[in-house]
This record gives sequence, structure tokens and C-alpha cells, in this order.
Amino acid sequence: MAEPMHMAILPILVPMAAMIANLFFNNLRLADRSVWLVRLNIAFGLALLVVAVALLVMLERLGGSLAVVYPLGNWPAPFGIVLVADRLSATMVLVTSVLSLAALIFATARWHARGTNFFPLFHALTMGLNGAFLTGDLFNLFVFFELLLAASYGLALHGGGRNRVKAALHYIAINLVASFLFLIGVALIYGTTGTLNMADIARAVPLIAPEDRGLFDAGAAVLGVAFLIKAGAWPLHFWLPNTYSAAAPPVAALFAVMTKVGFYAILRLWTLVFANSSGPELAFGQGLLMILGIATIAFGSIGALSSKALDRLASYLILVSAGTLLLAVGYNAPGVTSGALFYVVVATLAAGALFLLKDIIDQILPAEAQVLAVSLEIYGDEDENLDDDEEVSRTVPGSATLVTWCFAIAALIMAGLPPLSGFLSKFAMIAAALDVEAASAATWWLIGAMIVSGLFVLVAMVRNGINIFWTSLPDTDIPRIPTVEIAPIVMLLALCVALAFAAGPAMDFFTDTAAFIHAPGAYVSSVLTEPPTP
Amino acid sequence: MELILAIAIGVLAASGVYLLLRPRTFQVIIGLSLVSYAVNLFILAMGRLRMDAAPILDRSAVNPGDYTDPVPQALVLTAIVIGFAMTALFLVVLLAARGLTGNDHVDGRLD
Repeated sequence: MAEPMHMAILPILVPMAAMIANLFFNNLRLADRSVWLVRLNIAFGLALLVVAVALLVMLERLGGSLAVVYPLGNWPAPFGIVLVADRLSATMVLVTSVLSLAALIFATARWHARGTNFFPLFHALTMGLNGAFLTGDLFNLFVFFELLLAASYGLALHGGGRNRVKAALHYIAINLVASFLFLIGVALIYGTTGTLNMADIARAVPLIAPEDRGLFDAGAAVLGVAFLIKAGAWPLHFWLPNTYSAAAPPVAALFAVMTKVGFYAILRLWTLVFANSSGPELAFGQGLLMILGIATIAFGSIGALSSKALDRLASYLILVSAGTLLLAVGYNAPGVTSGALFYVVVATLAAGALFLLKDIIDQILPAEAQVLAVSLEIYGDEDENLDDDEEVSRTVPGSATLVTWCFAIAALIMAGLPPLSGFLSKFAMIAAALDVEAASAATWWLIGAMIVSGLFVLVAMVRNGINIFWTSLPDTDIPRIPTVEIAPIVMLLALCVALAFAAGPAMDFFTDTAAFIHAPGAYVSSVLTEPPTP
Repeated sequence: MELILAIAIGVLAASGVYLLLRPRTFQVIIGLSLVSYAVNLFILAMGRLRMDAAPILDRSAVNPGDYTDPVPQALVLTAIVIGFAMTALFLVVLLAARGLTGNDHVDGRLD
């Protein structure tokens, strides 16, 4: 590519092309239509992955202190809308594309045929996510949020049924309210700073007249509430477990990255606008984010302990990771942020894998057996003493063994136990928090919350694993698991394991990224001094 | 004029929030519409209220003070379109829920 900046818009254009191609494909008359439909969509998923990797590689080559700016329509920066790709957004785009490819491959086995227009909606959600990560304009962020939400409403309803419709009803209502809060916040910020460009807002904030300062802070706070609703922060998260556990598994897997949009938006604006000022907003925001983070972790951990079904457990694990990320943002130290970036990659991929795994376990183990396991736990087994000839269990089939291993790896990552990457990322956050000269009360809260939540998650995962895997296998033969369903899960978890081995380079990368986002001067100057392209 | 607009926004938002918290889906959707009107007016007000001033510059050398701010008007236009589309989508889901549960309680409860 001759112009490096054009790379910044490709992660949005590829899913859009996929969406359009799918709509045209619906009208084609082909002999083996369904085969080609699957191939077409996997090809687009792969293309997006290639683009995301290329974007990251290109940013690395350009040097870490640079953000690639793409002025849409070639309007100069503060007046036109810009797309900004720095390492943070490129990382999030890469996570989205990996997860969407995995969910896409998984969905081609059965789920895409459970309703209409699965693939166009799926690509629309990916496009909205990528756009939200890449945009450098506050109102454009709103538009991409609405885009991804509109697609997610459709996907949450995919498959139909009373449960999904009920969950989607709550989900849509709360998100519409969040959108209105978003608009109020944007309007207040525009009214006081006179700009919508994020870099320009960061530049204009110190120049706000003192009498307007309160209005600006109110706008930022309202905007923050909107983001916290998306991020699933306590007490604004009650929509999350129902929606995620009711959604179709591949959809829920992609939703795992959707809460991270809220985290991303908070991290971006917080570091750009407030984190380096020393005003009263810093102390307020820091305290609030940390309290909300701890409360979210606590609620998520208790919820995880109380959940009997794996999909609910996975939803509560999403809450735990959302809380951990908020806590890390609130702590506001580059070292902790770099650990949090590592954590967001690992936790998102593992949570996505867990949602997919749940569907496979449902196939192996009929629902009645799972209910039986739960009631056995409560009421006790009547005949626990097995007959002698039953003690030697049947050979466990290979597919069940693979599923068990996947579950164990996911549990290790989510609980943050060594030796996998979940542990390494939590360790990086805790080590960085302890690294400062004087450990304050906030440090101990951070460390305590992370370690205790790990214990809770571990207990919940182990208990669920025992219920699922240590029950008697059904007498009938275990159905064969299609390769297209198990392969994406293995791919996601293998990536998490590989990240544990490549933790050194990965942490170097995230340390540079965190240093870049905690010194917003570079971001602001690369956006505002972008020379117009002839 | 500021006072009238402020009161209008306040009344719309207050009644919208009240309706949002009601247990019937129809009340919720009317509440959402009212809140969206309030928000749209609020965005417009954030561009400062001006009477008899055009939002489009029509000569090359002009004093920007003679014109009203065009950006909030563009924002409101986008917000109206998006809000309308989302409300329509919500209405469809609401009807589906009504069909599946047989009543219009937000939790699908019979009471």
C-alpha cells in the first residue's frame, strides 16, 4: 500500500464489503449456495484478520510514538472527521477480528441458519466495533456505537424464542437510554469546548473558562455514565448476564468484545482529557472508577459463584473482567495500564472461547443430565456406592477429552492461575502497582480485588467443571463434534497459550502502548498537525 | 426564549423518565420518544440560541458572529434519524414480545 494512512480505514471497509456481498449473494441462484455462502464469509473474516495484522505491523514499523491519521474526505483535522489508528486501537481491532473470525467459523456449522440475515448483521457488528475503536471524533463514536448496537439488537434476537426476545427487550431499552445520555454528554462537551475531535478536546480543555468548567465536567460525567453502561460496570450492568446468556453462542462470543468498547472509550478519553491534569476531576474520576471497578468485581465474583449454567457463569466472568479493567484504568499508572491491555486481549479471547465451548458441551451432554448434576449437588446422590463392575469407567471419547482440556485452559486463564497468560497479565498489573515508591490504600485494594476475584472465579469454574465432566456420560453414543465447531475454540485458546510463551515481546509492546496513551501529547499533535494530502 | 426552551426540555425529559420507569412496554416506548425529543432540543440549545440567523455562510468574507452554529443542527439531524430508527426497531421487538408472552409487561409477567 503506497499510502500508509489508507490502512486505517480498511478494518471498517472490509466488513462493510462483506455485508454488501452477503446481501447480493442472497439473490444469487447457485447450485451449492450454502457451501459458497460459508466460504464467502470465512474469506471475508480472514481478510479482516489480515488487514488487522497488517495495520498493527505497519504501526510497529512507523515507530511507536506515531498514530496514523486518516482524514475522511480530506478535511483538515479539527473540522472534518478523522480516523486515528494508534497501537491501542489497532490492538483492539485485532482482538475483534480474531474473535469475529472464530465466531464466524463456529456459526457456519449450524447457528447461521437459525434465523435470517445472520452474516450481514454479524459483519455489521464487526464494522461498528472496528469503527468505534478507530474513530477520533466524539460524534462519530456515537454513530459507530449506534451501528454496532443496531446490529447487536438483531443478533441478540437471532434464533428467536421467548427468552431471547425478553432479554433483548431489556437490552434495547437500556441501550437506548445510554445513547441519549451519550448525546447529552456530547452536546455539553461541544457547547463548552466548541469541538468534537477528541484530540482537539484534549487541547481545548485547559482553555475552558472557569464558569464553564462545571458544565464541561457534567458533560464528561454524563458521557462516562453512558460508557459505564456499555462496559457493564456495577450498578449499571443488570442487563448484561441475561442478554449474554440468552444470545446464541457465536453471538455471545462476539458480544464478549462489546463490553470492551466501553472500557476502550473510557481509557481513551480519560487518558486524553483528565489523567494528566491535576484538577479535582482527576481525584473524583480516579476514586469513582476504582470503587466501581471493585464493586463490579465483587458482584461478578458472587454472581459467578451462584450460577449453575455455564453460559451464565461466562456472563459473570465478563463482569469480573470488566471490573478488573475499570480498576486498572482508575489506578491511572502506565505500568498497570500495560498489564490491563494484556489482560483485555487474553480475557476477551478466553471468554469468547468459553461461550462457544458451552454450546459444544450442550451437544455432548443433554440438558437433563446437566440439571441432574445440579440437583445431585443440592440433594446428594442416593446410591453413591457404585457396583464393582461399574467402577471402571468407560473409555472417554477423544472429543470429550479435547473439550475437557479446553475447559481447563479457559478456567486457568479466567482465574489467572500460572502458568498461562491470564496469570501473567494479572501479575503484570500487580507488579506495576507495587512498583511505585509508596504503596497507598488504592494499591492494596487493587491487589486484593484481583487476587480474591481469581479465587472466586476458580471455585466457580471448578465446581461447574465437576458438574459437567464428572457426571455419568449418557448411555447413548456421544455425538461427533464437527471440526468447524471445535477448531475455533482450540484456535482461541491456543492463541492465549501462545501469548503466555510470547509474554516478553507482548509486554514490551503493551508497555510502549501504555506509555503512548499516558502521554497524550503525541496523540494530539499527530492528529492536529496532520498535513493535508494533495 | 431561553426560559421557554429550558422549561420545554425539562418537562419533556421529566415526563419521559417517568414513563420509562413504568411497567408497560407501550409506556416505555412513549417515554423513550419524549426523552429523545428533549435530548434533540438540548443538542440544539448547546449551539447557543439565535433568532433570525442562517446556519450557512453565503459570502466569502463574513463575520461568523452573524450566523448561527451549523454543527449542532447537523448533529440533531443525525440524532433524530438514528433515534427514530432505533425506536422503530424497539417497536418491532415490543410487538414480538407481546406476541410471545401475551401481555405487554416489560418482564412478560402475568399480573
